[in-house]
Amino acid sequence: MDSGMGRHEAEPGYGRRGPSAVRLIWVYPDLLSTYGDRGNLLVLDRRAQLRGLGVEIAEVNSDQQVPVDGDIYLLGGGEDLPQILAARRLASGGGLAAAVSRGAVVFAVCAGYQIVGTEFGGAEGEPVPGLGLLDIASGRGDRRGVGEITADVDPELGVERLTGFENHQGVTRRGPGAKPLARVITGIGNGDGTEGAYSGRVLGTYLHGPALVRNPGLADLLLSWVTGPLPQVDPQQDQLVRQLRTERLAARPIPA
Amino acid sequence: MSTSSPPSRRTSLPLRARLATTVGGAAGRASRLAGRGDGSVIGGVIGLRLQPDLLSLLARGRQVILVTGTNGKTTTTRLVTAALSPLGQQVASNAFGANMEAGLVSALARAPDATLAVLEVDEKYMPAILTTTSARVVVLLNLSRDQMDRAAEIWMLARRWRAALAAAPDCRVIANADDPLVAWAAGQARQVTWVAAGQRWHDDSWCCPQCGSHLRRDGEDWYCGECSNRRPPVSWVLAGDEVIDPGGKSRSLDLALPGRANRANAVVALAVAEVFGVSAGQAMGAVSQVRSVAGRYTQVERHGCVLRLLLAKNPAGWLEALDILVPPPVPVLLAVNAQIPDGRDTSWLWDVDYRRLRGRPVFVAGERKTDLAVRLEADEVAFRLVASVDEAIEMAHSPSMEVIANYTAFQHIRTVLGRIG
Repeated sequence: MDSGMGRHEAEPGYGRRGPSAVRLIWVYPDLLSTYGDRGNLLVLDRRAQLRGLGVEIAEVNSDQQVPVDGDIYLLGGGEDLPQILAARRLASGGGLAAAVSRGAVVFAVCAGYQIVGTEFGGAEGEPVPGLGLLDIASGRGDRRGVGEITADVDPELGVERLTGFENHQGVTRRGPGAKPLARVITGIGNGDGTEGAYSGRVLGTYLHGPALVRNPGLADLLLSWVTGPLPQVDPQQDQLVRQLRTERLAARPIPA
Repeated sequence: MSTSSPPSRRTSLPLRARLATTVGGAAGRASRLAGRGDGSVIGGVIGLRLQPDLLSLLARGRQVILVTGTNGKTTTTRLVTAALSPLGQQVASNAFGANMEAGLVSALARAPDATLAVLEVDEKYMPAILTTTSARVVVLLNLSRDQMDRAAEIWMLARRWRAALAAAPDCRVIANADDPLVAWAAGQARQVTWVAAGQRWHDDSWCCPQCGSHLRRDGEDWYCGECSNRRPPVSWVLAGDEVIDPGGKSRSLDLALPGRANRANAVVALAVAEVFGVSAGQAMGAVSQVRSVAGRYTQVERHGCVLRLLLAKNPAGWLEALDILVPPPVPVLLAVNAQIPDGRDTSWLWDVDYRRLRGRPVFVAGERKTDLAVRLEADEVAFRLVASVDEAIEMAHSPSMEVIANYTAFQHIRTVLGRIG
């Protein structure tokens, strides 16, 4: 990120937050950024700025401490080995868990979704301990789910239908402490007809990469958990995204 | 076909293999005549159906050079072929990018008497093809994210390369030392020529492939802070517009092809030529004259506007393509599809930094133009949506235009423009 778009990079570990700025922390882009994960950061940034909110962004690599004073933490996708390394370092650093205990928002995608659970499947399918921030456990399924996914979000969250792309071999079971994020219409998701999970302000999904791009309502939900209710976005600023949603929701699911 | 020349390699093939290449060749010609592509896949498919070990039979007795990597395979294959031309020998090559087994079979079957073969090979198939062809040389250009909905993940791919090359002691590897994943993949090979070919895209090599720690970078150098993995000592160097050979001699790289990536590909081609006794001085002439490769970099005039066609299939490729754009105010047309050869998933758009396109006319086309439009909006790049190349030309009113497209969008534009180049 450069500073050319009205934001600046905050030093990890230093709270330089202005009075109304939303602080976004991208966790370990060196390990967990497989396919367009930066998109979630850019969408949150844009939608906050459309409401006149200031944004501070910190990209925290795996050799740095995860700051505890962020507002929204983003975890992206990754291959097996980077995923295991990321889980190990996040567990030993403790910053993310501390942030969650003080009420920070976590949005975790794909490999990141599995990491925030209690365990996930390693390179050979062996169980690897996760961070235990969300009451889910993941393992390796029989086949890879690759393709477009659509799902209807838990009505309690008030978010419109999800559209995204999934590319994973994970199967995720929820414990009593987590609710499903959505019910699958087309695609695989968790493998039991549900997609993603959430508990408090920790939310994860198998919609990979830039999941928030096609789902601005989900981006707004995460922001509102930080700021309280948000004003509507000027419809003109939303026109292209609405068009994209219409196209993707109308697209016939293609088995890849 | 050279059935009249007595020492033909073709007649040394078993009868069934000869039949397989004849039938396959006929099918390829029929496919070309029917206008269904260049016919280099269908012929190979039929040949392989008749003779499953046809590739191994066709490769026997030849010196095979395999070229692989995420980006630059087709161009480098072309440049290596040019670099070897001073030998005056016939060279078999899949010059049009058909880089899986069937395409390789067709390339070899079309040139039965060629004792040299320069073959581009898909990253995923390289280990199998290396074994099948007993390749003399393997070129590893780079490794970065590309169409992950159908390709293997790249750390996994690097492991497979590493194992395959460790098991091929007679093969010489020409590898890019500046790409940590490539360097690691070649790290257990017996014979390696390390080339400092540069790495523009770093986002897939922040971490050590050996131990996973965050890699340190210091100028061109890279090393792991935790384990012994580091950039190997290089013998060929791309330094700006010059190449430095293993003897320390600098030479200007005056290429007809544009961009840093192609200068890197040319240095790799010179390193390959050296293995076959062709000096950089001898190889340079032919290398510098390659102008366009399977339609890439071709300039085409259309309704008074000269279009230059650039192919970019993944984030690293887009970065290289954006690097070589001529400066504003020359307009740019971007076209993106998401068919199977492109990858069905457009997430990669968010890995490309488009902010460099601010302040010049930008047109957006292709089947997934809305995805691209949303991406450009987030980067605050002004653009106009168009339905076709012609609409962009009409709206641009410019004597020239740069075109960057991904795979099937590129082929579609080439078809519209009449498959020139």
